[in-house]
Amino acid sequence: MSDASPALPSPVIALVGNPNCGKTALFNALTGSRQKVANYPGVTVEKKVGPLVTPAGRPVRIVDLPGTYSLRARSPDEEITRDVVLGHAQKDVTPDLIVCVGDASNLRLALRLALELKQVGRPVMLSLNMMDIARRRGVEIDVDRLSREMGVPVVSSVAVRRGGTDALLAEIDRQIAKQQVSGISAWRAPDAGALRGAQREADRILAAVVRGPGDPDSLTSRVDKVLLHPVAGLIILLAILFVMFQAVFAWAEPGMEAIEVGFQWLGSLVEGLPLPELARSFLKDGLIGGVGAVIVFLPQIVILFFFILVLEDLGYMARAAFLMDRIMGGAGLHGRAFIPLLSSFACAIPGIMSTRVIDDRRDRLTTILVAPLMTCSARIPVYTLIIGAFIPAREVWGFVGLQGLVMFGLYAIGIAGALAVSFVVKRLVWQGQPGEPFMLELPDYKMPRARSLAIGLWTRAMAFLKRAGTTILAMMILIWLLASFPQPPAGATNPAIDYSFAAMIGSAIQPLTAPLGFNWQINVALIPGMAAREVAVGSLGTIYAISGGEEAAAQIGQVLSSQWSLATALAFLAWYVFAPQCASTLAVIRRETGGWTWMWVTFFYMLALAYIAALVTYQVSRALGAG
Amino acid sequence: MNTRPTIALGAARVGFRGRIHAIDTESGGAGLPAGELERRLIELGFVEGANVELLHQGLFGGDPIAVRIANTTIGLRRREAMAILVSTEA
Repeated sequence: MSDASPALPSPVIALVGNPNCGKTALFNALTGSRQKVANYPGVTVEKKVGPLVTPAGRPVRIVDLPGTYSLRARSPDEEITRDVVLGHAQKDVTPDLIVCVGDASNLRLALRLALELKQVGRPVMLSLNMMDIARRRGVEIDVDRLSREMGVPVVSSVAVRRGGTDALLAEIDRQIAKQQVSGISAWRAPDAGALRGAQREADRILAAVVRGPGDPDSLTSRVDKVLLHPVAGLIILLAILFVMFQAVFAWAEPGMEAIEVGFQWLGSLVEGLPLPELARSFLKDGLIGGVGAVIVFLPQIVILFFFILVLEDLGYMARAAFLMDRIMGGAGLHGRAFIPLLSSFACAIPGIMSTRVIDDRRDRLTTILVAPLMTCSARIPVYTLIIGAFIPAREVWGFVGLQGLVMFGLYAIGIAGALAVSFVVKRLVWQGQPGEPFMLELPDYKMPRARSLAIGLWTRAMAFLKRAGTTILAMMILIWLLASFPQPPAGATNPAIDYSFAAMIGSAIQPLTAPLGFNWQINVALIPGMAAREVAVGSLGTIYAISGGEEAAAQIGQVLSSQWSLATALAFLAWYVFAPQCASTLAVIRRETGGWTWMWVTFFYMLALAYIAALVTYQVSRALGAG
Repeated sequence: MNTRPTIALGAARVGFRGRIHAIDTESGGAGLPAGELERRLIELGFVEGANVELLHQGLFGGDPIAVRIANTTIGLRRREAMAILVSTEA
């Protein structure tokens, strides 16, 4: 290809390996922050591509593929790995070279995968990753012999050390320079016999080239005696969760306040601009206020992901799933659903996105369906307002605050609701078909690396901000339009919102919500609350014509307690536990499930639950004299 | 090794050490077709002749179990581990 022009796309190098082989650390080491994370079209699998200039000055692109044990794909993640490796995916990621990455101290399964990769008719090389750890544990590998036995080039790499990827880069240069023409794939999905044969061959090669202790990592064994202990392990898991929740709420506070102050300052800047009233309102209430209401959750999301990434890098997440599998199995959930549901306590969006770790489609859908029932942080301002206004601050049983108890109860109802829904879905929708088996590698513990952690947090924070700048922004503009038009007639005395489409919609649905004890003001507050739950607090404030936003929460509370009955307030809380009051969550469900069906299923089942819960709460409270 | 007693790994206790004698997924019970379960077990390294050790088990019903196989630890449910027939170590 001597006529290679610069317009020709640079060669693609695909990283393939078992889960936990340090592939992502290697990818980060090679590409750093230049990597781009997007989704493969039509599926929700992250497509991670990063440019790189080799030592010989050749521009190449590195593609990180989801970890797999075999090209026989089982989850959407693994299908992508198979399709890219076989060249069935888009042209722009068809690999010119496949780098099979293996954990040097645990090569058994990697060698079998490498043998399978050799059949796809593309150049393959093997990179023995985490060579430093293997050496420290006394593992010696005859790299030349391994290369001869496997029939592919083999290099060793240490992703986390400077210069640790030099040998890999040099070999990549050599392989790309050869311009080998891709042959024809001889790969077919292997049957049990072929897999068995390949594993035997891998075991034979392994025995021939690896010298060193065959015994497990002693630190991991000792730590697991405690962390996987049937009783102590569960207690420690609960303690870790407790610390994590504390951190998400306590540590995020200063950051959230700073962001709020920042957006208020932006708003006040706009206030001073010589603009028509309408344009000012659009900038301040629609853009700055709306997007700010969502971006304020960035600190919580970053802290939550910090914990998740650290626990993942440590190798603890697989153990948490192991400990929780049986407990969650009782409600029809898979052990791996634990992490997504945990994340949903901060926000259902990252929670739903992290269901990608669940192989089985049915298990994954069940988890996505119930994730929005976990009490996310956006419900907290609403709960706080109503509880503060209607629940007396007295103690029950001598030591428990009643307000705190109600708050705890709302969390508990959400969890119970999620378990009940998944139980019903398992029985009715999947008709009790036995679920996916739980089979999960429990990797050796490893120290998380600051650099990998930083890159992981950065890409997730950017993804969140990007969403806030697109989907959520569009939603906010729509809601501002509804709340601002038509404009009040000249000489109008009521708040402008009374004349808007929002108020018309609020009054129009009045007959539907009357049995719940909702007035039209609540109906109106529910509409902007669709964009972000906590917006309802500010909306109620606006509607009741009180100046000031969240700082005036106590004041709004006073007005509410004089205008609403206790039954209405309780019904409103019950509604908020279940209602699908979050357009971004619905948008993420649509994207993650690849269609509208499951989004609408989620919307309507949550709406039905919310309606029934609020109806029962209101009618029962009234019957008990709280009307 | 055929002379040694063979049990299912799914019925073994914590601390059990042995060698895989056969993968028999026909007796079923798992949520997968027999062939698929067999392939998945092999992909995680459960092949005949490999040494295994049952390291840990869960609180309720002793399920799931954590099994050491060569240099890897795999967590799986006892139901699926019933397909792994093991003979006690010599």
